[in-house]
Amino acid sequence: MSDTVAVVLLLALTAYAVLGGADFGAGFWDLIAGGPERGARPRELIEHSIGPVWEANHVWLIFIFVVSWTAFPEAYASIMLTLFVPLTLAALGIVLRGASFAFRKSVVTLRSRRGFGAAFAASSVLVPYCMGAVAGGIASGRVPAGGQAGDPVDSWLNPTSLVTGLLALTAVAYLAAVYLVWEARGDDDAELTEYFRRRAVVSAVVVAVVGVVGLVVLHGDAPYVFDGITGRALPVVVLGFLCGTGALVLLARDATRGARALAVLAVAGLVVAWGVAQWPYLLPETLTVSSAAAPSGTLQALFVTIGLALVIVLPGFLLLFALAQKRLLPGEGVPDVADRTMHGSAD
Amino acid sequence: MSTAVQVVGLIADVDPVPWARSQMAFTLAFHIILVPLGVSWAFLTLIANYRALRHDDADALLLAQRWSKYMAVTFAVGAVTGTVLSFEFGLLWPRFMGRWGEAFGVPFAFEGIFFFTEAIFVAIYLYGWRRMRPWAHFWTGVPIVLAGIFGTMSVVAANAWMNAPSGFTLDSSGDVVSVDPVEVIFNDAMPLETAHMLVAAYLVGGFLIASVYATGMLRGRTDHYHRLAFTIAFTVAAIATPIQMGVGDALARWVYDEQPVKFAAIELVPQTSSDVPETLLGHLNSDGSVTGGIPIPGLASWLSDPGTGTSTVVQGLDSVPASERPTEQEANVVHLAWDVMVGLGTLLFLLSLWYGLSWAVRRRAPGNRVFLVLAACSGVLAVVTMESGWVVTEVGRQPWIVYEYMKVENAATANTGVWITFIAVVLLYLALGVTAIQVLRGMSRRFRRAGGFHEVDGPYAPSEPPRGEPDEETVR
Ligand code: HDD
Ligand code: HEM
Ligand code: HEM
Repeated sequence: MSDTVAVVLLLALTAYAVLGGADFGAGFWDLIAGGPERGARPRELIEHSIGPVWEANHVWLIFIFVVSWTAFPEAYASIMLTLFVPLTLAALGIVLRGASFAFRKSVVTLRSRRGFGAAFAASSVLVPYCMGAVAGGIASGRVPAGGQAGDPVDSWLNPTSLVTGLLALTAVAYLAAVYLVWEARGDDDAELTEYFRRRAVVSAVVVAVVGVVGLVVLHGDAPYVFDGITGRALPVVVLGFLCGTGALVLLARDATRGARALAVLAVAGLVVAWGVAQWPYLLPETLTVSSAAAPSGTLQALFVTIGLALVIVLPGFLLLFALAQKRLLPGEGVPDVADRTMHGSAD
Repeated sequence: MSTAVQVVGLIADVDPVPWARSQMAFTLAFHIILVPLGVSWAFLTLIANYRALRHDDADALLLAQRWSKYMAVTFAVGAVTGTVLSFEFGLLWPRFMGRWGEAFGVPFAFEGIFFFTEAIFVAIYLYGWRRMRPWAHFWTGVPIVLAGIFGTMSVVAANAWMNAPSGFTLDSSGDVVSVDPVEVIFNDAMPLETAHMLVAAYLVGGFLIASVYATGMLRGRTDHYHRLAFTIAFTVAAIATPIQMGVGDALARWVYDEQPVKFAAIELVPQTSSDVPETLLGHLNSDGSVTGGIPIPGLASWLSDPGTGTSTVVQGLDSVPASERPTEQEANVVHLAWDVMVGLGTLLFLLSLWYGLSWAVRRRAPGNRVFLVLAACSGVLAVVTMESGWVVTEVGRQPWIVYEYMKVENAATANTGVWITFIAVVLLYLALGVTAIQVLRGMSRRFRRAGGFHEVDGPYAPSEPPRGEPDEETVR
């Protein structure tokens, strides 16, 4: 039973990486888009593309927290105690990012928009890095079992965390670039399509390089996970790699829809590979999933909520997603008479 | 050099517990302000939406559309501050979560589902104005209301569980070995506490929104649009208020029965006795005497159980060892917060009564300035009332985090850097709060500057969605 919960947890992590990740990655491209004039057009596309769905994406993270503290309370306590610093930074980054994005959409003067924009972009980079570093700390066995605190510094400032942090950052940037190519194509905007296509290719190469360096690092620093990745999880890794490469091929051929699907699979492959590689451990080599699990009553309650999620949340989510994909959601709700008058009175 | 080491040493030695308590309290107190809006605004919006569709009322339609936009902003802020809370449970109280997560977490798992639903339907409702048939669109708002209600019930059930822990068995070393999730969620404190908070959400949300329009009316904006907005919001609040008094009264009696020490702090009762006075204000001193304030003889006893009247025995703070009850200081905080909640609650009740009588007798809202001024203040007052209620609940439970099972000091993180995160969080939230208010006001100014409220084309008619934001230059 605890295995099922762990699988659900891994799937939720994957969903967060793929859906939330694209939002963070878009923030990365926003950050490096250049000055207000040069970056104006890509920024507009970015803002428009993460409009409606971004709100829902945070909930994945909350879901992950809630399921972990309910199903695996001791492991959760260990992780939170040990990785206090990067998790706190991530939390602060999320506040800053969410708020500044919401406000950027609602304020109108250029100066205040630029301020919010910068806060949004910078925190978009901070959060995925911290999350990746947390994963690295766990994967390399730096979090002790039993609700104990490990080393407060080395647990996230270590070779594995550095690599996984960078991997998270580059992977979400890659994903976002592929999404944005698709968005730009939908707008029939050849210039922006090309703009993000170039970035997608470059970031894909960077992900691959970081991945290879990562393997070397894991070999020395996180042997259990290294063995997993090169053994049990190897098919997943290969599949992910093929998908990532395939996405680039399709991008070059202008088949953006297929490219997007493959890019999603590639990033999902990364997360799943990590999970498979450290199976059956929750905290590698000290705590297994089954020994960390909460009593069965709790797990049954979690199954009920997961069932409810399938019945209630999933259809709504798919509907929202379908609407967004069919571009049936206007960028900012119903245009108000106020907005319209302002357009009318321009110049 | 050695001073630098000393400074570092000092920093490293800061006791995390008071900082963790302060940070938790601060972020919760912030989040809870957004909650009433998140829970009740969708309901108010649907009332306006319904009126627009049923009576073909253009003002009501515009109101519903604008409210749905504001709602989205407050929802966004609510979501991020809520996300921080879920980080904090682990970051600040890892030993609490490690030991009790399997029980305490259950209601939160349900909360997650409801907030998921809420987030999705807020987006659909907000973006569906032009793309859906009017009634279909209306119905996409209903899940927001339901999810808000059930979500609130789940979260408050978790808090109620801290007050009345049940639904688990422990082994000899105190670890949870089995959990009955139904018992956990429907713990003894849950029915009344969730009811009280839920009604509070509608009460506070209604008064808050109404107070904005009351301010507008005081400034001379008395058109149909403003009156409609005021009426919808204030009516909901005015209906919720008397209900809240009743629920609060029942809750107080529950506390008397089940959490006698908290009740002693509420009523400022140092020693167990009968014929206990209800002291308004007043102060508990370290020698156990109560000075100042206005004692009303016998009332606390009488209210605790009207059946036995003034001879009802009320348990005092001294009935448990000092290590198992709130400190004097905490007891004073609880008592003051209690006076504020009940005092302001009574004031809001009288205001609602005035409004109700005016409708009953004259078929319209009271139009005079005194009423409008009070209505304009009601939003802030209601928020203060609700915050005070939470202080009663939370500080009154001290020193327990899980009543009679775990103390706060044993639950906290050992990380000594909490004071730094506390300062960072306070600064960030203050900035967030100030900007949120500025943005909402900016939106309303923009809406107003646009003048009249004539939609040129039918708002449900399909049209090209506008791309990009209104032009920067034109609004300066
Ligand atoms: C704004 C709304 C509001 C109003 C008008 C009142 N309250 Fe309240 N009260 C709350 C909002 C609130 C609250 C913030 O929502 C609390 C905190 C926890 C809870 O469930 O409700 C609360 C807590 C709370 C508690 C503590 C429960 C516990 O510790 O378990 C008691 C005993 C009362 N209330 C009683 C009353 C009485 C007798 C009222 C009548 C005058 C009253 N409240 C008015
Ligand atoms: C359902 C929601 C809530 C839960 C689960 C919850 C949980 C907690 C926890 C775990 C603590 C730390 C332990 C302790 O000090 O007892 C705490 C403290 C506190 N909370 Fe809550 N809380 C909730 C709602 C609120 C709200 C809305 C407020 C608003 C003011 C609030 C005010 C406080 C205060 C003031 C403290 C510090 C008490 C003290 O240390 O003296 N809580 N809460
Ligand atoms: C009395 C206590 C609480 C109530 C009634 C409450 C209610 C709400 C509501 C209605 C929302 C939706 C956002 C909005 O509309 O503004 C929200 C957001 C949220 N709250 Fe609270 N909350 C409470 C306390 C807490 C606590 C203690 C936590 C800690 C885990 C929490 C976690 C969250 C999260 C994670 C969100 C974001 C959900 C989303 O994205 O939709 N809340 N809360």
